[in-house]
Amino acid sequence: MKKKGVSYAKWGYIFILPFFLAYLVFAFVPQVMTIYNSFFMNYREGLTQVGPKFIGFQNYVALFTPDANGTIDILKYAGNTMVLWLLGAVPQILIALLLAIFFTSYRLNIKGQQFFKTVIYMPNLIMASAFSMLFFTLFSNVGPVNQFIQAMGWSDVPIDFFARTVTVRGLISLMNFLMWFGNTTILLMAGIMGIDQSLFEAANIDGANSVQTFFKVTLPLLTPILVYTVITAMIGGLQMFDVPQVLTNGAGTPDRTSTTLVMFLNNYLGGSKNYGMAGAISVIIFIITGILSLIVYRSLTKKD
Amino acid sequence: MNKSNSADSRRAKAQLTVLRVIVYVILIFLAALCLFSFYMLFVNASRTNAQIQTGFSALPRGHLIENLKNAWTDASINIPKGMLNSFFIAATTAVLTTYFSALTAYGIHAYDFKLKNAAFTFIMAIMVIPTQVSASGFIQLCYKFGLQNKFWVLILPGVAAPVVFFYMKQYMESVLPMEVIEAARVDGCGEFRTFNTIVLPMLKPAMAVQLIFSFVQSWNNYFLPSLLLTKAEKKTVPIMIAQLRSADYSKFDMGKVYMFILLAILPVLIVYIILSKSIIKGVTAGSVKG
Repeated sequence: MKKKGVSYAKWGYIFILPFFLAYLVFAFVPQVMTIYNSFFMNYREGLTQVGPKFIGFQNYVALFTPDANGTIDILKYAGNTMVLWLLGAVPQILIALLLAIFFTSYRLNIKGQQFFKTVIYMPNLIMASAFSMLFFTLFSNVGPVNQFIQAMGWSDVPIDFFARTVTVRGLISLMNFLMWFGNTTILLMAGIMGIDQSLFEAANIDGANSVQTFFKVTLPLLTPILVYTVITAMIGGLQMFDVPQVLTNGAGTPDRTSTTLVMFLNNYLGGSKNYGMAGAISVIIFIITGILSLIVYRSLTKKD
Repeated sequence: MNKSNSADSRRAKAQLTVLRVIVYVILIFLAALCLFSFYMLFVNASRTNAQIQTGFSALPRGHLIENLKNAWTDASINIPKGMLNSFFIAATTAVLTTYFSALTAYGIHAYDFKLKNAAFTFIMAIMVIPTQVSASGFIQLCYKFGLQNKFWVLILPGVAAPVVFFYMKQYMESVLPMEVIEAARVDGCGEFRTFNTIVLPMLKPAMAVQLIFSFVQSWNNYFLPSLLLTKAEKKTVPIMIAQLRSADYSKFDMGKVYMFILLAILPVLIVYIILSKSIIKGVTAGSVKG
């Protein structure tokens, strides 16, 4: 029959065309523009436009040149980003792993799981800028936390949470932790439940206790999804912006110790529209993300 | 022998009870930590500025409606307009993202063509690239063509959403047999109509979850909108909240400030409370299976 020869291939192309067009126009071209502009001097000073003028790698050189105090801003901000990420992500992953084990344990048989999952996942959906504004009002000098501390007589003067590096970083990490540990818990739970049940039964019959079962059965089989979780969290951490930006009003106070890489990028994109420097920063973030993505991609394809 | 066995099992039982108590304490502590800030938000949004200044209170008062009125009619921060803008952008983005992700996933799932594998690999590769790294060029192009303050430049990029695509593709693999499509073809149904009238209804649960996630993501989005929406009447809720932070804080009616924050998160919170079960299921369904 003639019908057999009908090829539907063209429909495949037609159906995926909108995706690729949108990607081309709104992501690929801007990406190329970003990289291209990183080799130009191109910014606004007041009302005058400077450039665009080709300057080779000078934007990159400028990024890595120490200022008068000997600080290299981009390294300082990369360091901040890493510290802020680690402070939030380490407890996030450890606690999520612990909770995932609690929730999936038949022996413990935790009641009210739906309630706990609903509550711990909730902060993930909350607007990060509103969440930060909320933390700012709660922890400000006249906020309820300080009012409570003074009412209890723990301190005579309000604790200025936003004047100390430790407390600002602590608050940012606490927020990141709260926003992500529920999500990670749910992912790891799915990972544990995906493990063949007969393996746990076999371990049980062989007389393994729960600690042995965890380290000898659960953890090794959970490693791929754990790697995936850690690295996607890293890529997410690299983009950290809303929380420190709103919490510190863009200043990264005190003394720019909570300024992240994307806040640095945002500073160049804001008023001065410095596409040269913004481009160079973007390329650096892109390269770091690219390396991390490659690891994710490897870990994903290896499993199949 | 029997005796020691039962003693053993009694000890094991006691151990389990102690363990359970510890676990519940940890769970309750973490749940309280999650709820604390939102509870304080609710408490303070129901108190007048004077009450908030006088000191800490763990219990709400009766001024919720009053604060709502004040916030809603504030002269400098037009929150109703902001919510309308945010809603428009988020709703259209969610519909576009969900529809076109399903279409793209269907294109790759249901058809055989030369570049099929290349297309799939490409989408997987760009999945983790954040928007921030192309933001500079994006902003530059928008300003070059005078597209700042236009909502559609924030909405249309939603057509290419690799994560949603991947979710849809996974879902199709589990619920969409090729026989259904073949049957439609035999009946003389066109390819596009097959997708819209037969495939889409079969994807309803996945579509619903992704509509919610895309809506929430867009509703909460701050980075790009803050760089593009500069006109007061175009601003979205997250930009207004950030403005609140940069304003001279000490002169503000704090009851109103808390109410602004409550309004910013309330729509998402309500949807979440109603649909939390399916939303939580959706978190894992799209992720990579371990």
